[in-house]
Amino acid sequence: MNPVHTRCDVAIVGAGIIGAACAEACAAGGLNTVLIDADFPGGGITACGMGHIVVMDDSAAQWALTTRSRELWMARATSLPDNIEYDACGTLWIAANRTEMDAVEEKAAMYQQHDVHAQILNSAELARAEPELIAAMSGALLVRDDAVIYPPAAARHFAASAAVLGAVMRFGQRVQALEPGRIHFADGTILDAERIVLAAGLASNDLLPNLPLRARKGHLVISDRYPGRVRHQLVELGYLHSAHASDADSVAFNVQPRRNGQILIGSSRQFDVTDTTIDAPLLAQMLERAVGFLPFLRDVQVLRSWTGLRPATLDGLPLIGPSTQHASIWLATGHEGLGITTATATAELIAAQLLDRPCAIPAAPYWPARFAAEPTNVAT
Amino acid sequence: MSIEPTLSTDILVIGAGPAGIAAAVSAAECGRRVLLIDDNPQAGGQIWRGTNIDQGPVSARGWLQRLESSNLQHINGCRAIFLADSNLLIADLHGQRCAIRFEHAILTSGARELYLPFPGWTLPGVTGAGGLQALIKSGLDVSGKRIVIAGSGPLLLAVAATARRASAHVLCIAEQTRAKARRNFAFGLWRHPGKLTQAIRLRAQSIGAPYSADAWITQAEGDDRLAAVWLKHGTRHRRIECDLLACGFGLVPNLDLAQMFGCTITGGAIAVDKSQRSSRQNVFAAGESTGIGGIDKALIEGRIAGFAAAGSADKAAVLLAVRARTQAFAKTLAKAFALRDELRTLATPETFFCRCEDVPLSAVRAMPNMRQAKLASRCGMGACQGRICGSAAEFLFGWRDTASTRPPFTATALSNLISPSIEASQK
Amino acid sequence: MSPLEYIEIFVDESAHRVIRGNTVAAALLNAGVIHWRRSVSGQPRAALCGMGVCFECRVSIDGQPHQRACQIVCTPGMRVTTHVD
Repeated sequence: MNPVHTRCDVAIVGAGIIGAACAEACAAGGLNTVLIDADFPGGGITACGMGHIVVMDDSAAQWALTTRSRELWMARATSLPDNIEYDACGTLWIAANRTEMDAVEEKAAMYQQHDVHAQILNSAELARAEPELIAAMSGALLVRDDAVIYPPAAARHFAASAAVLGAVMRFGQRVQALEPGRIHFADGTILDAERIVLAAGLASNDLLPNLPLRARKGHLVISDRYPGRVRHQLVELGYLHSAHASDADSVAFNVQPRRNGQILIGSSRQFDVTDTTIDAPLLAQMLERAVGFLPFLRDVQVLRSWTGLRPATLDGLPLIGPSTQHASIWLATGHEGLGITTATATAELIAAQLLDRPCAIPAAPYWPARFAAEPTNVAT
Repeated sequence: MSIEPTLSTDILVIGAGPAGIAAAVSAAECGRRVLLIDDNPQAGGQIWRGTNIDQGPVSARGWLQRLESSNLQHINGCRAIFLADSNLLIADLHGQRCAIRFEHAILTSGARELYLPFPGWTLPGVTGAGGLQALIKSGLDVSGKRIVIAGSGPLLLAVAATARRASAHVLCIAEQTRAKARRNFAFGLWRHPGKLTQAIRLRAQSIGAPYSADAWITQAEGDDRLAAVWLKHGTRHRRIECDLLACGFGLVPNLDLAQMFGCTITGGAIAVDKSQRSSRQNVFAAGESTGIGGIDKALIEGRIAGFAAAGSADKAAVLLAVRARTQAFAKTLAKAFALRDELRTLATPETFFCRCEDVPLSAVRAMPNMRQAKLASRCGMGACQGRICGSAAEFLFGWRDTASTRPPFTATALSNLISPSIEASQK
Repeated sequence: MSPLEYIEIFVDESAHRVIRGNTVAAALLNAGVIHWRRSVSGQPRAALCGMGVCFECRVSIDGQPHQRACQIVCTPGMRVTTHVD
């Protein structure tokens, strides 16, 4: 009984898009890196999401993380493999009424002030940009550089790229337990790691209990191919308020054109629901909302529906940095619905801090320590 | 308050092939309310497609007659969408969503053909074997067309017979199984006299169509349509110019409906007990979906399931011995037409493995399982929902896909997923 | 046996006489339409399974794309449009 025993600088647990991106950044920084997944890269919650690369402005910290992330995506867009399906289709934030149009104007001013391209479309311009949208809309904010990708392919690409940089891949290997500096695998092997980065989404809680994480269930539906019918990622502006702010079950109009002509239709949010079955009444509500904005959707052929459990935190910001339990165990999780967008800057923040290098954006807002003063038990 | 059109029945039978018709008629004869639904435009399933009371085989006409005179409700063009709860099915009825409340369900979803990728298999003019038969029965005119029939199983002979009756030139029937295995099958038939006469009749009708065992397709040629096929016969290669290739490698049970109902699947078929009851208390299954065995097995199982679901299991008792014989025949059939290993290597790396998403074999071959292959290559994520390449993957790589039980069951209009009561409240 | 009855449908705007009861797939093939859609990578495709499983025979019927030609019976005046995707 002499368990296989190896060591490394940093072991990353979870090869979703966040963990895979972290592995790539760590390996690029010269760290002796191991990327671990119980299954395979991009096979968990990464495969459930929409793949929207989007700038969001709920808070200054969210703005900083999403804008930096998008910059990093844009910088490598042309070198991404074709199967990631990077499509800079832009986001249209739809204003249904005059009040929302005021918000569009405020947003536009703020975005432009920060050199983020944003353009106000009036009702007629919006109708030209998206002919299938109902005519009653007041206008929209066009965020030109937002993009769409196919997330599982991105996670695979980041993992492959990490491997090229020397990182060791340990897929199909379940982690049984963590202790500072050491990972115990289910097969009895041990890996010693100076630092551990826990990037296992909601499952992070199984390895490091009492994390301030909760499930936020979502539904998605995908159609057959209808090329050209939807041209931008379309999101109702009310989404920022209704879907994000409340604890109640909610749906919002959020529709994405895939590069191949398929249409992804969302979104729903349910806190602390952990069964992954389809909630047919909620799905119906979500689709009804989408049809309200895009009437032609009523007749499209639907191929599949599915659900995913977003790893959410209490303040809508991810957990990026050392855990409050052990200084050598770091977290990179809790990205809720923004993990695809923010994988790039998350990885940059993790690598910079592990390497003691300056960060491109302030790191403190994402530190798990911000929850330390509060009760840690957030279970239902 | 819901404004959704709702049908209500004691026994819901899904699939109006022989098993479904036998089940529905038998249950109705016990005095229960029965609703029989089917996706196809006509009752009869694949084997009795195009048959009506005035024409077709005697047994088919008999059952269709009983269906017509039976006191049961029968709806064609009705597709399952999802199961709202264990007694409520949401379905598409001629483009309109409806709800069906039932006490017991009998799943008679039949089988589909197994298609294996080979170079050129996506060319127009290449159809399934049963596929071509279905098209002919739906009105396709094949008179004067040169047809090659290839693949495996008794269906090839039936297809040849249908094509010849429709005045086609059947150039060749290429059966992949070894000549010896097929002879054993023919001898074994003595124990199933009904089957034998059927086989002989079909064989007789197809006389004049050269039949080769040990022969299989290796390639289809053509630019934007089929021009010729290559067959391998033993060690020889042969090129045949033709208009149509009808190619199928036997049948595989349709299990997705049972999976949606939460029934246990064992050995590639719906697991059922003596009374055709599945692992779900109120769900029965019969016919090809409980194991490929042909029409006699389907009819007898259908009758047993119908009686059992109607609570008259005693009526089924006399049928059990017959069922045992038909099930033994099913085993003989599987052995006689076991697929040869060479069929695993027909496709080249460039051959499309998933024809919905045009994913080449090279993109999936190195993957460890279907789920990983799907996420990496999008294979199986197209309109057929992985039904075609999923079955091929099972034979080629031994992958068993854990089918999704999420709505919709088959591609459907989005409006079918919106419940009418919600619509009403927003209007 | 009842005598054959004919109806008229339109395939890409041109009128075709079809035997009542025929499916759209049979009608298209009988009208000499060899393929009626392109695959994702642009290959020509037509019916494969003939029984509603494979979705290769999808075609636009009366303005609705992605309808299975093999499962839909022709009706008088039906408008079938090929190569919509």
